[in-house]
Amino acid sequence: MLQRCEACGAFAYPAREACPSCLSPDLAFADAPRGGVLLAETTARVPSDVYFRERVPWRIGLVKMDCGPTIVAHLHTDCVEGAPVRMSLQLDKSGQAVTFARPEGETPNMADDRQWREMTADPKFRRVLVTNGRSVIGQEAVVALKAAGAKTVFVGVAEPWRPFAGEDLLRRQEGVEVVTLDAADEKSAADLAADIGGKVEILVNTTEYVRAGGLLDRKGTSIARDEIDQAYLGFINLAQAFGPAMRMRGADGINNSVAWVNILSVYALANWPAFGAYSASQAACLSLSHCLRAELRPGGIKVMNLFTGPVDTEWFQTVPPPKVAPRAVAQAIVSGLKNGLEEMYVGDVAEEIRQRLAANPKALERELDR
Amino acid sequence: MTNSQRTPYDGIVMAAPVTIPYVRYSIESAQWWIGRALGALVAQAGIKASDIDGLCVSSFTMGTDSGIGLTQHFGLCVRWLDTIPLGGASAIAGLRKAARAVQARDADIVACVAGDTNHVDSFRLTLENFSRFNQDAVYPYGAGGANASFALIARNYMRTFGVSREDVGRIAVAQRANALRNPHALMKTPLTLEQYLAARPISDPIHLFDCVMPCAGAEAFLVMREETAASLGLPAARLLSTIERHNAFADDPMQVRGGWAMDVGELYAMAAVNPDDLDIVQTYDDYPVITMMQFEDLGFCRKGEGAEFVRAHDLTIDGDFPHNTSGGQLSVGQAGAAGAYLGLVEGLRQVLGAAGPTQVRNARLGLASGFGMINYDRGLASGAAIFAGPSR
Ligand SMILES: [Zn+2]
Repeated sequence: MLQRCEACGAFAYPAREACPSCLSPDLAFADAPRGGVLLAETTARVPSDVYFRERVPWRIGLVKMDCGPTIVAHLHTDCVEGAPVRMSLQLDKSGQAVTFARPEGETPNMADDRQWREMTADPKFRRVLVTNGRSVIGQEAVVALKAAGAKTVFVGVAEPWRPFAGEDLLRRQEGVEVVTLDAADEKSAADLAADIGGKVEILVNTTEYVRAGGLLDRKGTSIARDEIDQAYLGFINLAQAFGPAMRMRGADGINNSVAWVNILSVYALANWPAFGAYSASQAACLSLSHCLRAELRPGGIKVMNLFTGPVDTEWFQTVPPPKVAPRAVAQAIVSGLKNGLEEMYVGDVAEEIRQRLAANPKALERELDR
Repeated sequence: MTNSQRTPYDGIVMAAPVTIPYVRYSIESAQWWIGRALGALVAQAGIKASDIDGLCVSSFTMGTDSGIGLTQHFGLCVRWLDTIPLGGASAIAGLRKAARAVQARDADIVACVAGDTNHVDSFRLTLENFSRFNQDAVYPYGAGGANASFALIARNYMRTFGVSREDVGRIAVAQRANALRNPHALMKTPLTLEQYLAARPISDPIHLFDCVMPCAGAEAFLVMREETAASLGLPAARLLSTIERHNAFADDPMQVRGGWAMDVGELYAMAAVNPDDLDIVQTYDDYPVITMMQFEDLGFCRKGEGAEFVRAHDLTIDGDFPHNTSGGQLSVGQAGAAGAYLGLVEGLRQVLGAAGPTQVRNARLGLASGFGMINYDRGLASGAAIFAGPSR
């Protein structure tokens, strides 16, 4: 994304208020071609910034974009002066969007680059806690994270003596450790954190509690209470148990904590009356996630929210397609972590709601009522 | 578009070069340093503060204060006032404005002054607040100010023209030799080329002795008409010509030349002198590679011949090309915006024969240059002035 002049088409960087080619004030952010050439590089060894001082040597360079501007960028180690690079915007540890230059083509072990890993939360080599292994999404997440090279995946299961579907597969995988966790239970979360809290580098909150129904078709608050207990208070329990240690370990060498992932219903953004109370519990979790993001930022921990439409699981059985396959959610978790994203929309429904919310929120509210 | 003929600076002079000796860290404010410089100007010129009717100020660390606030602070009642925020180009730009003000008789005596303090944390604060482009496009990259930005320029320049670190180092080493004769230089130990080369890397290819040391200090001079100086009995240097340019060569993908290259013909034509005629040269040396660029852009050699030029000349006070005779910012220290003034003020002392231990014999004709405001990928401002002492 760069500013492009609507009058003459020139791209501008850094962001400004008037086009340097024609002085037009009509500059809008647009997708810019990502190609460029690395003009010069330097390796900063004594930066004044405390963050980089702990991470020296740190390579940056000046990239001449094919579309015009020159841009200072963080460099992938395989970038060579005079050679083409591809630029992307990444969120750094402080949550600021920064440019990152990678070589144009694939190079071996490209994702293992030290500076790239600082910008992202790649699960490779890392230890991950998936909070709910009873759910299909949780089980798929374990498989996807292992496939992405996670060193260890802890997977939480409440009352592990009770058998559940997929248990065998889960327990058979190497590098997967089933641990006792009932997120809705404060003590359970605290006990697990006391045991493995210092080892969790990525936490994937797969807590899910989906029940159909809005307000008037239900009697009393017992289901709503369960929804709040499981999703909202469960989130709080997890955050209080694991958040402080993760925040403290954000700069812990190569075994540092890097990310917290929430899987949220896209109806957190706009209430779907057919699952109205559930939508509200998800909205509460979304709000909480912003609080968590702010509180984890000083430790450089990213909070990634993954929004999905109805997932192809038993609780959405009555809902017609399109539905999101649990495997797609799991793959999105991995790809979001690899790219260091803060937000992802998985599946057509989530993407459509995102777009319609941006275009006309009142119309969306009305249409969800059908 | 060609420039129309500029009005010559006939009868415009500079006098009373003032340097308030630098310190590494100061608990005083920028205003304190500026006040000391004004006091020294008045004392040296033998005038009253009330005789100053024009004021031109530059500083990075004045906080929210501006030139107008300073008038009240120092009890000055001026009829011409300017605040110049052009970093390393502030002295040349200030001189140009002041010269025209006294020429047009908008003012009779303009005090040009720059001063900055250096608290233990002020360098970092200056970096963080340098410019919006800098905040958006440089600070998040850990560059932490100019070192990495200049490293990119230096690397590209050195590779393009086959310049080695030894070549660049000659400039720094010669300036250190000059500084050893300047009791006010913060760097007091000799520097050999071997030491220069062995210094620790800061941001490749910038190493420790390529960097200036931030410090506190102030510099100042007066601008007036020749007859004013004569009536005060003040030795004065005539201003022969100046140039100033901003955002030159914006289409160069990387900076290999500054705005001087655009205006250098006019600089010498207006002064009616040649580069060879100059007795002393004071370049803006925030990094020695920028000085090498100036040797080319100011016409002492052609583009790409800077390295050969420094190999062929002795840049020390007693050498064949006396350059940055006080030791320059590299060896005296960089007192914020006063760094812009350092070369010009030393140049004035030289042509007035008042440079004391750093005096070049028979220095009559001098050049000082400025360079400033690295915004995110290049220095935007450049300027230069040629001036002559009374004996020429
Ligand atoms: Zn335009």
